[in-house]
Amino acid sequence: MADSAAADVGRRHGSEASSPRRLSAPAAALVASAFVVATCGLVYELLASTIASYLLGDSVTQFSTVIGTYLFAMGIGSWCSRYVRRDPLRLFVRVELLIALVGGCSAAALFLLFPMVDHFRVALYTIVLAIGFFVGLEIPLLMRILRDGFDFREVVSTVLTFDYVGALAASLLFPLLLVPHLGMIRTGFLFGIANAAVALALILVVPRRRELRLEQAAAWAILAVLAVGMIAAERVQRWAETASYQDPILYAASTPFQRIVLTRSGDDLKLFLNGNLQFSSRDEYRYHEALVHPALGRVTAPREVLVLGGGDGLAVREILKHPGVEHVTLVDLDPAMTRLFSRSGILTRLNGNAFQDRRVRVINADGFRWAREAQGRYDAIVVDLPDPVDFSLGKLYTDSFYREVARLLAPGGMMSVQSTSPLVAPQAYWSVAATLESVGLNIRPYHAYVPSFGEWGFILAAHGAIPAAVRIPAGGRFLTAEGAERLFDFPPDMARRPAPVNRLDNQALVRLFSEEWGRYEG
Amino acid sequence: MKADPIRRAVIAGLGTAGAAALVGFGWQMLKPPPPATALRGADLERGHRLRQGGFPPPSVTEETAIVIAGGGIAGLAAGWTLAEAGFRNFRLLELEDRVGGNSRSGRNAVSAYPLGAHYLPIPNREAGAVRHLLRRAGALTGEAEGAPVYDPYQLCGDLQERLLWRGRWQEGLIPRTGLTARDQADFEAFHAAMEAFKARVGADGRPAFATPVAYSSRDADLLALDRIGFGDWLRAQGWGSPVLHAYLRYCTRDDYGCEPGQVSAWAGIHYFAGRRGWAAGADGDNVLTWPEGNDRLARFMAAAFPASIRSGRIVHRVARDGDSVLVDSFDAAAGRTVRTRAAAAILAMPHFVAERVAPGLVPRSTSLSYAPWLVANVTVDRLPGGRGAPLAWDNVSATGESLGYVVATHQSEARPAGTVLSWYMPLSREDPTAARRRLLETDEAAWRRLVLDDLLAMNPELDGAVREIELWRWGHAMVRPTPGTVWTEAPRIAAAEPPLYLAHSDLSGLSLFEEAHYHGTRAAEAAMTRLGHAHGTLL
Repeated sequence: MADSAAADVGRRHGSEASSPRRLSAPAAALVASAFVVATCGLVYELLASTIASYLLGDSVTQFSTVIGTYLFAMGIGSWCSRYVRRDPLRLFVRVELLIALVGGCSAAALFLLFPMVDHFRVALYTIVLAIGFFVGLEIPLLMRILRDGFDFREVVSTVLTFDYVGALAASLLFPLLLVPHLGMIRTGFLFGIANAAVALALILVVPRRRELRLEQAAAWAILAVLAVGMIAAERVQRWAETASYQDPILYAASTPFQRIVLTRSGDDLKLFLNGNLQFSSRDEYRYHEALVHPALGRVTAPREVLVLGGGDGLAVREILKHPGVEHVTLVDLDPAMTRLFSRSGILTRLNGNAFQDRRVRVINADGFRWAREAQGRYDAIVVDLPDPVDFSLGKLYTDSFYREVARLLAPGGMMSVQSTSPLVAPQAYWSVAATLESVGLNIRPYHAYVPSFGEWGFILAAHGAIPAAVRIPAGGRFLTAEGAERLFDFPPDMARRPAPVNRLDNQALVRLFSEEWGRYEG
Repeated sequence: MKADPIRRAVIAGLGTAGAAALVGFGWQMLKPPPPATALRGADLERGHRLRQGGFPPPSVTEETAIVIAGGGIAGLAAGWTLAEAGFRNFRLLELEDRVGGNSRSGRNAVSAYPLGAHYLPIPNREAGAVRHLLRRAGALTGEAEGAPVYDPYQLCGDLQERLLWRGRWQEGLIPRTGLTARDQADFEAFHAAMEAFKARVGADGRPAFATPVAYSSRDADLLALDRIGFGDWLRAQGWGSPVLHAYLRYCTRDDYGCEPGQVSAWAGIHYFAGRRGWAAGADGDNVLTWPEGNDRLARFMAAAFPASIRSGRIVHRVARDGDSVLVDSFDAAAGRTVRTRAAAAILAMPHFVAERVAPGLVPRSTSLSYAPWLVANVTVDRLPGGRGAPLAWDNVSATGESLGYVVATHQSEARPAGTVLSWYMPLSREDPTAARRRLLETDEAAWRRLVLDDLLAMNPELDGAVREIELWRWGHAMVRPTPGTVWTEAPRIAAAEPPLYLAHSDLSGLSLFEEAHYHGTRAAEAAMTRLGHAHGTLL
């Protein structure tokens, strides 16, 4: 009774075929499926490795561990195939369907899970183990199904040949065609569809359709799910990402607060929030040194430092260069953002693992609400919030907000505010200056050149006089004590001009900002 | 063996159907359940009980110096004025379980939200009493350049208003695009005429249109405007722009719950010329608003005299007894009638109730009518969006039958995930009695459909995001300033004999916070004068 289905396929082939060289339709389908199955298997493996190294960094480790885990799981699958005594064809179809579902959705699942789960690696290796296990079952089952109709020598040779050729196809398709043109999520769904199609083709080709009714229904259902996934992924990607970003997307997540997208081109990492560039790893040091050191370098002993925004941890990296800093409190709205920048390898290398430092405390809260309720005094406050592109962000540049922040600034403390480009949006920039002055702060506006942003503006603010002398910590790449003084010089094209105070009830800044940037960008 | 094509087709069909069912099932799982609805409103049973009568005779008598009947803004303002003057010996009787009247609010896990009145325009120079209240309530924080400074968190934040006009949201409520030369000319002429009324000072030295109304000029040509309809007046000016008319329709429905043709020209103009908000460092046209609407101020006033408030008391008979007043009220919880004997009484209730409970003491009105409203508080999982201008505090569609919605969390410093949208619709098309019947007879499901259809027509992206709809029916939401109401009928019916005093916005003919507050303050000051209690005046 054993292997009745295999016997069915094989004998029929043996008895009906006029020549042993010509395969029956079922047998040809099985051999072809070896090719497809091998391609799919390798694609899932490559997807998991690539996504892991994108999300977690350190590609050598990720590729090595994912491939190792995958091959090991395949070994378990192969071993377990020995316990399959009855109907390997049915099981093969079922395994195909499971691979189609798990493998097909794996890329989407990994991207979705990353910002949501605390232990991403558990999810990653679970998925890799599952796919590997099922893929490991495939080839032994296939060989058993075919062995009765063929010479065993022939079976091994044919199946393994197609298996290895399929692997070559996958390894070439993946970097050249699939990732650049389809994207990883759609690649996953596409190969899931291929797996399901193999299962369906087998069901339709072998003369056992009636027995496999359940499998057939499942195959159609899975195909439908994957097709929907494919369409949805395409729409989301085209709509949100690939059209608006020049570089390949490394990571993208929608949080309740914003859309976080990380792109990479060579060694250049760029972070976008809601489509707006936050930094480029090539020149972010210029921005962050200019944001942090002019303020902290003017405080006699900055012990307590507050950062509003700055969820990338890059400002904190600069703050920690100042000796004597005892506590850094960072208030950023989005836990997904601070989590990303405390976990991902490539990102923690960029911010020097700032969020793991004992002195740093991260609070995920709305900056305005937090500031209204907060007590205590800070020696230095770094305001590193996204540009005032909408009314929600515009609130974080109002006199009401600065009044709360000023309340938290110690008498001898310094505060710095990132405040858009004085060259592109001079009225917006000077509106921030006017707003800070309107709450009784003394200010010193300055600017620095950051290639990916252009000429960028900042404003120093303090309760009392702002000293000229500044200490710049060693090890910087941009600011020096002499250079820092030059930042205060404003040529006529950026010179101060009349600008309104930004209030909650007029949101003057949002209007100026969009008007001036709109004009600049055409 | 030949494949059976029919069977294959059947299996494929079943497979596809199964797949579709699976996808459909998954979609159903993902799709949120339909919103929960609740239908509420002013306590109908207690209100109707009043009409039927048959209350038991009083079984208890209590004594107090002043009794206030009615805990809306007028009654609360009266109580607050007494409390401010150190006058403690008074009672406030309220029919509902909670004071606040039209300014009451609700609250759920997402936000507090108004059930009715939801904002107060920055007061005019002449509105000293309201300003005093706002100063004490912390909404007015100081002075700059001799003008009052308002708390920025209570001033309505930008963006205040947006209009869905030809498929796109735009800032402000006046359409800006696609206007014909005629539209533009009529709008300009209309605005110029309103500016002139705004700036005009009457022969008696008073502003032509003041808020409160009592401070307005009595110039004959101005008062004559109250005898003609707003629609007729507009036609007489020769302004035929349909866009202007649609805008004015929104305005009169918004403030008075009426069509432009139903209100007097004086009332119609008052909407535009009666506001000259006086503030330093803020746009005078701005408003003060809170998540819970005007309940912020109602609760603030009520908090000054909690021990004096008796709610759930249906005042059903008011009578004179020598120098004192007897107020009989049915205590809904105890099931008995309580007689309150007082040296003075302030009837701070809608006039149609006052004339019923105090026959012979309160002049009967021959013409007052009331606009019914439906208010829906719609809890949504995500913020409304739309093409064009971003979400504002007040969001209006140029084509909807509703007045659109205000966003309860607009004043929040943080951007919330979800919010509560307070959706308003006066039933102004038909006669008020017929509209009131429709309001009460239409069932919850039909109202819910209407609210959802109207809201989704404005913001289709909210489909599936609606969690909860609380419908609130206001049978007599506001007095209608029909021709003759403000300057003929209202002054006539306001005349009651001391020690009985009337206090309600009905006595102005305009259902506005400032009017109710004015009448409450006035009545309380008059009652204290009569009782010989020393007090200052804010009027």
